[in-house]
Amino acid sequence: MSLAMFVQHFFNALTLGSLYSLIAIGYTMVYGILRLINFAHGDIFMLGAYFVFFGTIAFKLPWLPAVLLAVAASSFAGILVDRIAYRPLRDAPRISALISSIGVSFFIQNLAIVLFTGIPRPVQQPKILTGIMQFGAVRILPLTLVVPTISFVLVLGLLWIVNKTKPGLAMRAISKDIETTRLMGVSVDKIIALTFGLGSALAAASGIMWALRYPQVHPLMGSFPGFKAFIAAVLGGIGSIQGAMVGGLLLGFIEIMIVAFLPALSGYKDAFAFVLLIIILLVKPTGLMGEKLEEKV
Amino acid sequence: MLSVEELHVHYGGIHAIKGISIEVPQGKIVTLIGANGAGKSSTLRAIAGLVRQKKGRILYKEEDILHRSPEHIVRAGIAMVPEGRRIFPQLSVEENLKLGAYARTDAANIRSDMDWVFELFPRLRERAWQKGGTLSGGEQQMLALGRALMSRPELIMMDEPSLGLAPLLVREVFEIIAAINGEGKTVLLVEQNAYAALKIAQYAYVLEVGSVVLEGTGEQLIADPRVREAYLGG
Ligand SMILES: Nc1ncnc2c1ncn2[C@@H]1O[C@H](COP(=O)(O)OP(=O)(O)O)[C@@H](O)[C@H]1O
Ligand SMILES: [Mg+2]
Repeated sequence: MSLAMFVQHFFNALTLGSLYSLIAIGYTMVYGILRLINFAHGDIFMLGAYFVFFGTIAFKLPWLPAVLLAVAASSFAGILVDRIAYRPLRDAPRISALISSIGVSFFIQNLAIVLFTGIPRPVQQPKILTGIMQFGAVRILPLTLVVPTISFVLVLGLLWIVNKTKPGLAMRAISKDIETTRLMGVSVDKIIALTFGLGSALAAASGIMWALRYPQVHPLMGSFPGFKAFIAAVLGGIGSIQGAMVGGLLLGFIEIMIVAFLPALSGYKDAFAFVLLIIILLVKPTGLMGEKLEEKV
Repeated sequence: MLSVEELHVHYGGIHAIKGISIEVPQGKIVTLIGANGAGKSSTLRAIAGLVRQKKGRILYKEEDILHRSPEHIVRAGIAMVPEGRRIFPQLSVEENLKLGAYARTDAANIRSDMDWVFELFPRLRERAWQKGGTLSGGEQQMLALGRALMSRPELIMMDEPSLGLAPLLVREVFEIIAAINGEGKTVLLVEQNAYAALKIAQYAYVLEVGSVVLEGTGEQLIADPRVREAYLGG
């Protein structure tokens, strides 16, 4: 393989990995606080993409406001899901909320099929993202630079919130001891809502960029990226934000490089992530950077 | 300041607190003593708003806080040092103290209160950037006390603050409780170390299986033969 080819694969992998990371962070944050795998998370990713699609096509909004509105709306959708489907189950056994999340996922997907129809729709890329950039022999899609950059900035922003702000401090406290956090005067439900809001915003950002990269939207588009990002979160160590970033990037690289170096296996690209999940669960269930798992789901 | 009237607490089918009444006058130290499982922690947890199933009245400055949330109760001026300290092990000492001040809106004074806590517990200042989990048991107890003080409470409830500490540290903890009380804070103290608790308290209640069986001033209870027999080793 030529160096130029490798560089192209590298940027493709970085892009795919960034998109996985953004979704994985939402899984890991919610898990960290509620010990809940939120299976509806991939569907928020899908909603983000659709919101932009409708914003730009149906309402003829310019890209930036369309994206901001879509992220805000998805964030709200994530908070609503928690409010309706998970909050009433806070005192129930953990498995109840897990089952509820599977139900919510089916609900959102089917609602999307009813409202948006099941037909995939092509997405128009904004002008500045079309075309190909040429550096010597290396040909790169502008998106493969833009997506990792935006993702990086979003993750920095998130880390700032989590590590440097008062609500972020409360989030970190809740993830270890909800009851004592309440004794400190923290309104736990508000912080949980904030967690869902932030995670959903990142998932929506990922969905929007995904729709630009593989330029279409459809109601089930969140399923596979969602599952894989979940695997990425487990790979990195669920509960750890840094772990989700590393896991997402790693999964992106593994998938792209398998297809690049072992084209004969490219048909198994999607299956590979699940094989990886089984291996992690057998060998190191706490993931690369995770702490002790208290309960397996 | 605080008056608990006919409080009942249930855990599912278990009737843990069976109609107890307690008075905590402003500026005093009141203690609850009793064997393991008597209901001391449940009483404090009910006052702090952590227990769901409860009946009766909990009057704090004329307000019935029985069904108030812990968030509300902290803001009303009641802080708790929970059983087992429950500091946040993965957060730094300073972050633990900041969480203690979470409910406050007077950001300007938080820094000076932290300095005050550091004066009270100089070892915490040296370890301000260390994770709570790396502290020794005694230091963690100081952190739990400091964290509760950071909310500027008027009433501070402590659940077995001397538990598991070496004798020298136990003495230190009781000195600190007296100092905190000297600053004008009202204290509701739960202790297994009955003798030290009765010595320091102005008033005391003895709990047995969810009921108050004896009450009186600290001196009265220390002199009471039943207390001597059951809690002070004869
Ligand atoms: N979360 C709980 N669920 C069920 N029973 C509990 C719970 N907490 C305490 N109890 C029961 O309530 C009674 C009083 O416990 P507790 O208040 O912890 O006593 P103490 O602090 O005096 O040792 C005990 O019988 C205990 O087993
Ligand atoms: Mg107890």
